[in-house]
Amino acid sequence: MSIEKSEFRPKIVAFCCNWCSYAGADLAGSSRLSYPADVKIIRVPCSCRVNPMFILRAFQKGADGVILCGCHPGDCHYSTGNYYARRRMKLLFSMLDFIGVESGRTRVEWVSAAEGVKFSQTMNAFVEEIRSLGKNVRLEDLRCRNS
Amino acid sequence: MQEFMNEMIRRGKELLSGGAVQRVLGWKKGDLGYNPEPAFFLGEQDLDEFVYDGFCGANLSKFMIEASKMEGKTLVFLKPCDTYSYKQLLMEHRVDREKSYIIGVGCSGKLDVNKMQREGIRGIKSVEEEGDVLRFHTVYGEKECPRSRMLLERCHVCKGKEHQIYDERIGESEETGDRDRFEQVRQIEAMEPEERFAFFKGELSKCIRCNACRNVCPACSCRKCVFDGSQFDSSQKANADSFEEQMFHIIRAFHVTGRCTDCGECSRVCPQGIPLHLFNRKLIKDINTFYGEYQAGVSTDCEMPLTDYTAGDPEPNAAERGR
Amino acid sequence: MQKIGVFVCHCGSNIAATVDVARVAEEIRKEPGVVHAEDYPYMCSEAGQAKIASAIKEKGLTAIVVCSCSPRMHEATFRKAASRAGLNPYMVEIANIREHCSWIHKDREEATEKSVILARAAVSKVNLDTPLQPGESRVTKRALVIGGGIAGIQTALDIADAGYEVDIVEKTPSIGGRMSQLDKTFPTLDCSACILTPKMVEAAAHEKITLYTYSEVESISGFVGDFTVEIRKKARSVDMSKCTGCGVCQEKCPSRKAPNEFNRGLDTRSAIYTPFAQAIPNVPVIDREHCIKFKTGKCGVCARVCQAGAIDYEQKDELITRKYGAIVAATGFDMIKLDQFDEFAYSQSPDVITSLELERIMNAAGPTKGHLEKLSDHKPPKSMVFVQCVGSRGQTCRDKSYCSKICCMYTAKHAMLIRDKYPDVDVTVFYIDVRTPGKNFDEFYRRAVEEYGVHYIKGQVGKVAPTEGGLLVQASDLLDNRQILMKTDMVVLAAAIEPDPDVRRLATMLTASIDTNNFLTEAHPKLRPVESPTAGIFLSGVCQGPKDIPETVAQAGAAAIKAVGLLAKDKLVTNPCTAKADELLCNGCSCCARVCPYGAITYEEKEINDHGIREVRRVAAVNDALCQGCGACTVACPSGAMDLQGFSNRQITAEVDAICR
Repeated sequence: MSIEKSEFRPKIVAFCCNWCSYAGADLAGSSRLSYPADVKIIRVPCSCRVNPMFILRAFQKGADGVILCGCHPGDCHYSTGNYYARRRMKLLFSMLDFIGVESGRTRVEWVSAAEGVKFSQTMNAFVEEIRSLGKNVRLEDLRCRNS
Repeated sequence: MQEFMNEMIRRGKELLSGGAVQRVLGWKKGDLGYNPEPAFFLGEQDLDEFVYDGFCGANLSKFMIEASKMEGKTLVFLKPCDTYSYKQLLMEHRVDREKSYIIGVGCSGKLDVNKMQREGIRGIKSVEEEGDVLRFHTVYGEKECPRSRMLLERCHVCKGKEHQIYDERIGESEETGDRDRFEQVRQIEAMEPEERFAFFKGELSKCIRCNACRNVCPACSCRKCVFDGSQFDSSQKANADSFEEQMFHIIRAFHVTGRCTDCGECSRVCPQGIPLHLFNRKLIKDINTFYGEYQAGVSTDCEMPLTDYTAGDPEPNAAERGR
Repeated sequence: MQKIGVFVCHCGSNIAATVDVARVAEEIRKEPGVVHAEDYPYMCSEAGQAKIASAIKEKGLTAIVVCSCSPRMHEATFRKAASRAGLNPYMVEIANIREHCSWIHKDREEATEKSVILARAAVSKVNLDTPLQPGESRVTKRALVIGGGIAGIQTALDIADAGYEVDIVEKTPSIGGRMSQLDKTFPTLDCSACILTPKMVEAAAHEKITLYTYSEVESISGFVGDFTVEIRKKARSVDMSKCTGCGVCQEKCPSRKAPNEFNRGLDTRSAIYTPFAQAIPNVPVIDREHCIKFKTGKCGVCARVCQAGAIDYEQKDELITRKYGAIVAATGFDMIKLDQFDEFAYSQSPDVITSLELERIMNAAGPTKGHLEKLSDHKPPKSMVFVQCVGSRGQTCRDKSYCSKICCMYTAKHAMLIRDKYPDVDVTVFYIDVRTPGKNFDEFYRRAVEEYGVHYIKGQVGKVAPTEGGLLVQASDLLDNRQILMKTDMVVLAAAIEPDPDVRRLATMLTASIDTNNFLTEAHPKLRPVESPTAGIFLSGVCQGPKDIPETVAQAGAAAIKAVGLLAKDKLVTNPCTAKADELLCNGCSCCARVCPYGAITYEEKEINDHGIREVRRVAAVNDALCQGCGACTVACPSGAMDLQGFSNRQITAEVDAICR
């Protein structure tokens, strides 16, 4: 890893559902399982609350990576929310990939309230990936700044 | 073509005079030989200006949203591909079947004016369609070319000649589909991410946010677009930054996911020639791949892909991301 | 613009050791709208809460942010504190700078910087908060139980014993359900009727229970606490108030060719009938399809012989409308139809029967008066073969993918009873696995094998062929790896069980969700197993999934206590963080309603004044009592008309902006 890249501090937005993943993040905290401070969590009631607008907005405002965490399929507090979220994100991410945005910048992970370890590992891995991808220049400003 | 158009006019007049319908929704002669426009005809006399030819690409189903709010019935002429849009609108309760009298009209593919201009055919005064021959009367003289060469892209990937909904039908349709609907999408998918990015950057940079795509799209028919509202703080008329275009087109495609019938109107009307249909078609291809074949506008009593799920749906992450 | 107060907690050293809390307060004070910021060792303590209260009062705060531990820990605490100080409790946001920051980061600079960003996000969000009022809705103190089998009866009894009125709607002429058709019950072999009949009588006699037999639910509207249900009481053609249940009409009825449903069609019954001797109510029904009077107009024997004058040929269906606070579905099951399982020769030979038919044959009130005999020649069988998992645990489209759960045990019961009563009969059971989890279940199965000499062979039966003098059974023995060809006299098929087919219609009326196998879905597979995702709807018995009697009774009781818990409340307080539709933006497209797991969204034709344009539009309306606030609808809505209070589009966008700034 070059010095330049290691100095790069990405901006990462993590949407976490209140019932599983936010609790999983809390558990990671109370278990003192560290992950980089680059990750900032936004609490949503359910993964199905996350509108593609929020994700694009994050990229527009300079996020380098966006991750959505929800209950494992079948365990949604609202029964079916994460199933809808899974379809929406599948298609949105595929579309972003299609227009050439690095697919590693978007991610969905299912983290239960008991998976503090998984939460921390997931965030470490995601931050690592975003650091290797570098600054998000494509989505932040597709037309001008990159040319 | 001529008899077939006369039959449409005759039926229009008949239904108007009998009081069965209060107005006719069709295409009206434009000021040039190749730009008919959608129009409501209120009286029998008005129908003298009615036209139906290769340039009547406009999908009239969206106008039925407004027509459904008017007094009485509206006779609407729908080409086979337009009926998918109508049916999708019906599923979404946007149009009133009771207030619609649908005549399914035959279609042998519609023509692309931009292609003609790209081929250097300018100063068109009128165009004659005779079988597979197009004869252009231009200010620079006459020109001829095979009709199939001037078809809209969407007609080369025609969904078929069956009307999905109608009260009666006039005219025969011809098969024009001769290309793979997803070929273009596949070609782009096969590119490297950098190339794809460069391609879309090039295309989307042309966008002038004229909203023609939004205005013409039958699926994009919200009373008020989120891009005009304050809910997402995205209502700036002047783009705050150039990301707005990308966001606009991605979100627009996303909002019509599973509802877009692939009618191709967005690309037809784009004054900048951006192949906007590629976004929709990519999503349709993905839906077919991930969730099983789905064509919007075929049925009104099924679940749409984004309002449905199965426990075993594929995961969104890059590793599992199929092309 | 709000007047925002920010309170930064040290949490002793939990936060303060890694986060410079004073600097967080200082930085956040620079944010627009923030008029007060302070830090304190323990915000959640009495003294900490008092600080919040006094700041609210003194500075006239309209919103507060507490930078502390997880909102899952103390959000409720701070909301209450705000409320006591006169601030709307929903004007409180928490920035989680402990679990999500101080506990996981070591670098003080980094952690402090992150805390400031998290605080900013919370400030951005609280700035767009609006005061919310929890709604209230009333509770009708009456429950409806749909289905009068053991599940429905037990639920009704438990609710009634708790002091609430309960109505049972049962579509057949008597309560009792499948259990009334059983002869003996595992694992104790007590007679089914002996334990069920007292329950039936108790239900009928209970002053709080009303039975609607021979009745069906016609429509359901309303929501938790306030359902309106229309019940169709089908015409019985017998006046229930006059009938004494003497049974003479049934004896004298000349039409005797109606298939007897109770005996699974193995024999016939009269056109006027009670399904079985212990039926409750003991009032017969005229089966109009088979009644000569109704078919030809001539007959009227029953009316002539009835001394009570109870026969009423003119009787019509009656519609009753009632209000309920809670509804319990207890619609039970049936066995699958075997018409797609030709290999077992079920439709070719009367000696191939289902397990439920065997129950009737073994029952003293059954078609053979309890004698085990072949139906083809009424001779006792010398050998019997039991085939397990017929239509259960299969992969093809004719099969159910699930395990029907009860078959292993009832087959062991059948085998044991037959070997006990007819020791000469040779009994062979073909199985995929023997599943006996349950108290005293495995012991029971082992008794069948060890004490009663039942042959258990692991393997599937491929074909049953009727031949001269018996049935030819072709099977495989997987353990010995050999093919078996054996002759037997009777074959008993353990057909899969499936939810009653009417449950689909019912689920639609209840807006309760249903799985691919037509079982009603529970609100949470582990934590809320007896509640439907739709509030106020509870699940009892096999309608939720295959169960034996003890499990059914346990679940029935659990459903009852959940219903009682609801009925015990005078008013329901509803979570105010619900979805809300902006009528001016709504397209009326129904996308939101399609993804709502609670059926909380309905559509109404409403006159809308859109900036002076008045028109009738189809617009979405959210029922606050049903909405649980997941937000699925908000994303399904293309126009952004649907928004979630407390987590609005603008709020989340503002948080995103604050984090990415």
